[in-house]
Amino acid sequence: MIIAVASGKGGTGKTTISTALAEALEKPVQLLDCDVEEPNAHIFFNTENETKENVYVKVPQIAKNSCTLCGRCAQICEFNALAVIKEQVMVFDELCHSCGGCKLVCPEKAISEVDMQIGKLKRSTTDGITLIQGELDVGRAMSPPVIRAVKKHIKSKIINIIDCPPGNACPLVTAVSNADYVILVTEDSLFGLNDLLISIDTIKKMNIPMGVIVNRCGISEKSITEHLRKKKIDILLEIPENIGIAKAYSNGGSILSVVPSLKNQLVQIIAEISRGVYEANTHR
Amino acid sequence: MKQILIVSGKGGTGKTSITASLASYFESLVLVDCDVDASDLYLILKPEVQQTFDFISGHTAHILQKDCTQCSMCLNVCKFDAVKVGNKGTLCIDAIDCEGCGVCIWMCPQKAIEFPESLCGQWFFSNTRHGPMVHAKLAIGAENSGKLVSEIRGYATKIAKNQKKDIILIDGPPGIGCPVIASLTGVDCVVVVTEPTLSAIHDMERIIALAKHFGISTYVCINKSDINEELTQTIKKRIKVLDVELVGEIPYDTAFTRAQVQKKSIVEYSNGKTTQCIEELAQKLMSKII
Ligand code: SF4
Ligand code: SF4
Ligand code: SF4
Ligand code: SF4
Repeated sequence: MIIAVASGKGGTGKTTISTALAEALEKPVQLLDCDVEEPNAHIFFNTENETKENVYVKVPQIAKNSCTLCGRCAQICEFNALAVIKEQVMVFDELCHSCGGCKLVCPEKAISEVDMQIGKLKRSTTDGITLIQGELDVGRAMSPPVIRAVKKHIKSKIINIIDCPPGNACPLVTAVSNADYVILVTEDSLFGLNDLLISIDTIKKMNIPMGVIVNRCGISEKSITEHLRKKKIDILLEIPENIGIAKAYSNGGSILSVVPSLKNQLVQIIAEISRGVYEANTHR
Repeated sequence: MKQILIVSGKGGTGKTSITASLASYFESLVLVDCDVDASDLYLILKPEVQQTFDFISGHTAHILQKDCTQCSMCLNVCKFDAVKVGNKGTLCIDAIDCEGCGVCIWMCPQKAIEFPESLCGQWFFSNTRHGPMVHAKLAIGAENSGKLVSEIRGYATKIAKNQKKDIILIDGPPGIGCPVIASLTGVDCVVVVTEPTLSAIHDMERIIALAKHFGISTYVCINKSDINEELTQTIKKRIKVLDVELVGEIPYDTAFTRAQVQKKSIVEYSNGKTTQCIEELAQKLMSKII
């Protein structure tokens, strides 16, 4: 089962919830940190036995001696990553989306694909929790290929928790696609609600069932929970504002060390979700 | 004309609240919200939209069933698994997964695939109580947020030139990826708003590295500095090593969220210590860029 934990607004407790889930649930579990621009889940675990590998994308390389400068490669490229100038074809690696189109259309077979490193994958296991973290190299623009590389490690037989990137754009879509359920984490504020509503629309469009965890309840005079209830949005859990949680978080400590009762609540939420997922799958 | 970008790496450190507050201290200002897929600045600044523009970028493939012979060529060439097989063996393209690379269009022997331009969102030119503002709304789950950022920044620069404004104040997106790179390009200085948590420090280091990669003057402001004094000291030590100057220190203050409800920035809402700290931040920034 794949559970994605997402949040339109950053800093609402997405990583706090994903790491707490990994801690609370029956082992083995996998935690996939797909917030590859700023991965933080590792801060909450012991990653001593970490192994690393690089993440590459394919970019074209042009064999000058066979290229006739016909220009077809530049024509098919939708991303302006190729330009035929004077005596050669220029490749702008940064703009390439690795679609393979140029190689397909080159009549001279002058194009081969070479690896370009854009990030890293780090993997460690502690107490039955396997953490797989993607990390975009600083200076690289495209995070979706790194997210896809992390998601290749999903194991269908166990629970996979995906810590998603913030926002509502393509990185989020890449991270939640194929998830069985999305837990949206929001904080109880106007900004939180505003970004949550966009996330809800995004997940709806992707046809994935979802529920909301409202974090830091009570920080604003007017709670957003009423608004969510009116819109018939499933509220899975409300976590009251607690400076102790913020303190623990700041030092890489778990929310469960501050609020131990949360453990059972999280286990129950996942049990209910998996019942729903199971039913949905048998109806299919 | 100078461009100041406020970023954070990690979300939720108070970047938008601080941007909204800074707006009170700069007289001749154009505001830009580059957090195009989760924009919040407008909630505080209540812009009156003057003009709306469509953001058209890229294409999405679509199979015309009447012309398709189900040869599976598109399925085989698509590197993004966007071509799906339906229950009756019909092929269709999932618009969300389609990267818009156009390879299937070239390869389809029946010319059965359309490739219309995609409407990826809208952007707005507005008036606010602090001056003109350019902001946007990326379409749900859309790509090309970096291009949208470049488009609205280009417009903001034009407005600033025409109206002879001194400063463009930009609320940036979280992360270090494509919309952040598009936000950084060509600005005069970057302020990284961080907080004393291990996560935020980790993220701050990455965004500082990115800003340095582009050779942009970088400053740090520590928000919620009193939630973990020890880590606040750690930040100060770290940025010294990185040769980045501290320009502000703001305490944890619940008035930020209370001000939000009234659609005000904290400096418009209260006269407390936090407001003083932000005023100092504004003055420091001013002295840095002029
Ligand atoms: S398509 Fe092949 S031969 Fe033509 S310009 Fe490109 S690389 Fe050269
Ligand atoms: S692989 Fe695709 S995106 Fe990259 S250069 Fe070739 S055609 Fe352009
Ligand atoms: S390549 Fe064209 S004809 Fe073949 S399955 Fe795809 S759309 Fe149909
Ligand atoms: S345009 Fe590219 S990504 Fe979209 S369906 Fe065709 S081959 Fe796939």
